[in-house]
Amino acid sequence: MTDLVAEHAVALRTTDIGRASLTAFDPGPVFSIAPYPGVRPVVNAMPFPTPGQIVTQGAVRLVWAGREQAFLIGAAPDEGLSAAITDQSDGWAWFRLQGEDATAVLARLTPLDLRVSAFAPGTSARAPLNHMQAVILRTAADAFELAVFRSMAQTAQHELVEAMTRVAARRAR
Amino acid sequence: MRLPCPCCGSRDRREFTYYGAAEFLNRPAPDAGDAAWDDYLHNRDNPAGETRDLWYHDPCATWMEVTRNTVTHEVLKARALAGGVK
Amino acid sequence: MTQSHRIPGRGLIDRSQPLNFTFDGVMYQGYQGDTLASALLANGVRLMGRSFKYHRPRGVLTAGSEEPNALVEVFENGQHTPNTRATMAELYGGMVARSQNRWPSLGLDVMAVNDLLSPFFSAGFYYKTFMWPRAFWEKLYEPAIRRAAGLGRLDRRHDEAAYEKAFAHCDLLVIGAGPTGLMAAMAAAQAGADVILADEGSALGGRILADQPEIGDMPGLTWLETMRTDLAAMPNVRIMTRTTVTGAYDDGTFGALERVGLHLADPGDLPRECFWRIHARRAILAAGALERPIAHRDNDRPGVMLASGLRAYVSRWGVNPGKVVLFSNNDSGLATARALTGMGIDVSYVDPRPIPVTEEFPVYAEARVIATQGRKGLKSVDIQHRGGTSRVEARTLALSGGWNPSVHLACHLNGRPQWDETIAAFVPRSDMVPGMIVAGAARGTFSTGACLQDGLEAAQASLTALGIRKKPRLGVPVAEAAPYRIAPVWAVEGDGRAWLDFANDVTVKDVKLSAQEGFQSVEHMKRYTTQGMAPDQGKSSNVAALAVLADATGQGIAATGTTTYRPPFVPVSIAAMGAGGRGTGFAPQRFLTSDAQSRAMGAPMIEAGLWYRPSYFPRAGEKDWRDAAEREAVMVRGAVGVCDVSTLGKIDVQGKDAGRFLDFLYTNTMSTLPVGKVRYGLMLREDGFVMDDGTCARLGPDHFLVTTTTAAAGQVMRHMDFVQQAFCADCDVRTISVTEGWAQFAIAGPKAREVLATLGDAPDLPFMGCAPMTVAGIAGRLFRISFSGEQGYEVAVPTRYGKDLFARLVTAAESLEGCAYGMEALNILRVEKGFITHAEIHGRTTADDVGLGKMVSAKKDCIGKAASQRPGLSEDRQQLVGLMPVNQGETLSAGAHLYNERDPATRVHDQGYVTSVAPSPTLGTWLGLGFVVNGRARHGEVIRLDDGLRKRQVLVEIVDPVFFDPEGGRMRD
Repeated sequence: MTDLVAEHAVALRTTDIGRASLTAFDPGPVFSIAPYPGVRPVVNAMPFPTPGQIVTQGAVRLVWAGREQAFLIGAAPDEGLSAAITDQSDGWAWFRLQGEDATAVLARLTPLDLRVSAFAPGTSARAPLNHMQAVILRTAADAFELAVFRSMAQTAQHELVEAMTRVAARRAR
Repeated sequence: MRLPCPCCGSRDRREFTYYGAAEFLNRPAPDAGDAAWDDYLHNRDNPAGETRDLWYHDPCATWMEVTRNTVTHEVLKARALAGGVK
Repeated sequence: MTQSHRIPGRGLIDRSQPLNFTFDGVMYQGYQGDTLASALLANGVRLMGRSFKYHRPRGVLTAGSEEPNALVEVFENGQHTPNTRATMAELYGGMVARSQNRWPSLGLDVMAVNDLLSPFFSAGFYYKTFMWPRAFWEKLYEPAIRRAAGLGRLDRRHDEAAYEKAFAHCDLLVIGAGPTGLMAAMAAAQAGADVILADEGSALGGRILADQPEIGDMPGLTWLETMRTDLAAMPNVRIMTRTTVTGAYDDGTFGALERVGLHLADPGDLPRECFWRIHARRAILAAGALERPIAHRDNDRPGVMLASGLRAYVSRWGVNPGKVVLFSNNDSGLATARALTGMGIDVSYVDPRPIPVTEEFPVYAEARVIATQGRKGLKSVDIQHRGGTSRVEARTLALSGGWNPSVHLACHLNGRPQWDETIAAFVPRSDMVPGMIVAGAARGTFSTGACLQDGLEAAQASLTALGIRKKPRLGVPVAEAAPYRIAPVWAVEGDGRAWLDFANDVTVKDVKLSAQEGFQSVEHMKRYTTQGMAPDQGKSSNVAALAVLADATGQGIAATGTTTYRPPFVPVSIAAMGAGGRGTGFAPQRFLTSDAQSRAMGAPMIEAGLWYRPSYFPRAGEKDWRDAAEREAVMVRGAVGVCDVSTLGKIDVQGKDAGRFLDFLYTNTMSTLPVGKVRYGLMLREDGFVMDDGTCARLGPDHFLVTTTTAAAGQVMRHMDFVQQAFCADCDVRTISVTEGWAQFAIAGPKAREVLATLGDAPDLPFMGCAPMTVAGIAGRLFRISFSGEQGYEVAVPTRYGKDLFARLVTAAESLEGCAYGMEALNILRVEKGFITHAEIHGRTTADDVGLGKMVSAKKDCIGKAASQRPGLSEDRQQLVGLMPVNQGETLSAGAHLYNERDPATRVHDQGYVTSVAPSPTLGTWLGLGFVVNGRARHGEVIRLDDGLRKRQVLVEIVDPVFFDPEGGRMRD
């Protein structure tokens, strides 16, 4: 008997339209860390993030991902944390949206204030992406990582490509 | 309309789910009797002015109590129902 | 055709780019920079539409979005858009436009007979004439009236064009980019604020483009170009032209409609329109003012327009209006007469005021226009003056009855403007919209110089409110600052019809009649006469109409007040407002990992919540769903079936208080569940009715996994969050959805274990047991639970392996005379077993109603327990029963109601209803689940199923809801 074969929600490839680029990617292991009340644990030598904070240590990131919850991305959590831990590696589809028009594209889909003054590079937010709940990481002024429920990956990709097409059409004028 | 999420800050109303008056937090004891439970479940004031109600910020899963004015539409404050790590 | 009425060399149009277009099938030529209205005028076309009620010939009245008359249909890609304002439709090469509300043609409209019958069609005519008989209204009167009166016709096909929505955020939203808005935006931007400058025109400038005043000792257009270039270069400024801010909402939220691709012959991938939701910390309303006409006899002929509109057509678009009579009661009209004269136009000026006659053009002081001639185009104007009455030839009559500040947006949060006697207009009060300053002409400050000053001051006040200390560098440039004087004239006395509301054909007489008949409040007058209820919302008529009303009632204008200003400021297409939500964009589509294979197997997919699930898997020779579903059900009972159940909500619950928390959420006790066991659970709402059901598995001492129904997963998660945060905030418990993390498949049937064995060493689980399992090399989970009544397992693996696992399960099942089964077979199997779904727990049933009253633990409190025991939730309830046709071949239908055999099918005799039905291949009959009054005590009784929709009446026997294997041996052994 051979082992089960893994498959991604959507093909891991890049779509370039105008001045925006969309890449479906696999972030590696993703664990949800939800500390029990009153606890502020240190996770893999990183302080638990405050709302919107992303703590980085090498290739591993600890990303604020909701009320009393963070996603540890790129590593399994250390043993013995006073927190509920679930493996979320398979629960989300991840996209990287970057380029000069990445912000304009995202502004078609989320009511989040995307100005750098309100949503700084190196921070995260929970917000809707059209009708989907998303985790949004701003990795640079013109680069975002977006996570949506895995089953919605095709809808997310379709809507992002649609927004990219519209924004690119404006650029072309 | 915008609401201040204690976790995420000011956000568009479309991100929130409304849940009714904040009286819903005052859950009677199991043996409080029919009158108390009836009051808790069904009877609500409908004030012209300051009111407190419950909202859920769907993106971050925070439940909060919002104080606002139904006449001026002013949102006065919001507090998370549960404290702890935010 | 030549552009017969174009002034050589004049206008902001690009003569190097001629554009051909057609209007009512006739080819014309215009230039890049034209609107449809300006291009038609340049071709000498004055007749552009027919009026709403009387089908009177009408021409363009304005040069802006407030246009009441020139509404046309514009064709794109074989579809047409009705009610397009010709004043806002920017010309492109190949534009095809058509007039509307006329038949057979614009020139010859047979419905114009209404005009001759006008004495019968006065205000309130519909109400008075078409009252009786009542039944005639819907069948006869209304359809006839709708055909005769009206606007453009809808293209009856779906609008497949692209629309867009977008969000924007800023410190300061400046609405309107005339002198005021430009100054405000520049000043705020220089100080460092994030500024959005929105203007509904195709270019910045507002009235600068039409009036072309001197600003800062240079031509206004030069100053404008400098401002535009500088603003465009600032990174903190977003310029949004062709964007009408349509509404002001709470907390600094604004709606705005952007015309994105409408002005292009080939828009490519551009959307037609984009609807913006803008959040601004502060706003400056610099929307200018709208000129108003003066009502006098026959003031609606093609060729009659507002003075400001005329000025724009001449100076911005180089339209030659021919000989002009300008009738004005204010200094702005006089200034326009001077400007037109300066541009070489032949103007006669008429003013009711005793003004000095010292102009370069003929001036009729203390005079008024009392009539006009020319049915399809103005020919002459009758002027009553001190010396008598003169008939003056004219091709254009320009009217200026003063200016109404565009206070609309300032009033959208229910603020009321106040009457300012000095300018005879309503002006806004401060802070009618929190955070919004109204500046410039929008608050009645009309001179260019005063507007520039006002714009700067509004910006300074906004900066202070924003906490920005940096000061703007720019000063106020020198510009004309003449006072504005006006002597109000709303309507010229006299015979005939004097038009107030051009769009809805409302006359001065109609408004007076309204007052006379008792409709004296402005809100009543509006509805009685329909004044202000057309697509233009009375922008050019509201103030004059209420002034006439005030005169008729003797109340005075201030006391009469305005009607309520509501969004949107201009008509907004539903397509733009709903952009992003059409078709599949309405909601996300959730796809299973088995989706592709299910579709490849020919399964029709059915929506379950947002998910798509296979209905059934048809095989060769099966003629319909029933053949396939019954075969699948038989295979499950006889061999084995596999089914993707990943859509069920899965919530991970952890913490040392997790058991206690679940005890509070569920009616039954979960804290006593041993590790490695699964328990069925029922969850109530606080009002005592069932919210959801599912299973609860204990994976570890402090670790549970609960399932929810597919459709209620989100609601249950939110409920758990509420209970945890509101009532259990100090508990050591954390919940998180893991629905998406696991692909889970049911394996059901006597050969289930054989299928399982193909995946590796499966733990030997008792019924309702659970354990980790290595599934073909991958760490997974195994649950022994059954929703079919057969020996059943659910095997779960991380979602990425779901596709492969499903393929292997189907192969294994098929090799054992089994199959994949879909929702229809799943339904058959569960109905045979009397298992409930949301068809039964539909929000109005209690635990006892569905036969699970014993699951409400007496030993502990839980959400909904107290209310479930209240009076009225126990006696004479409708209880869950099984239903079997007395005659075995008969079909049952869900939704049907149940009556005692001899009772009529009326509400008072209602005994209950059918919630679920299925054809049972196992029992060879249709089976139903339903609710019957005191049903549990009525087993064996025969009752009538009555389906009024399908005209079906079936005698059914009330039985126990568990039809098959009531002892449950098949799933336990």
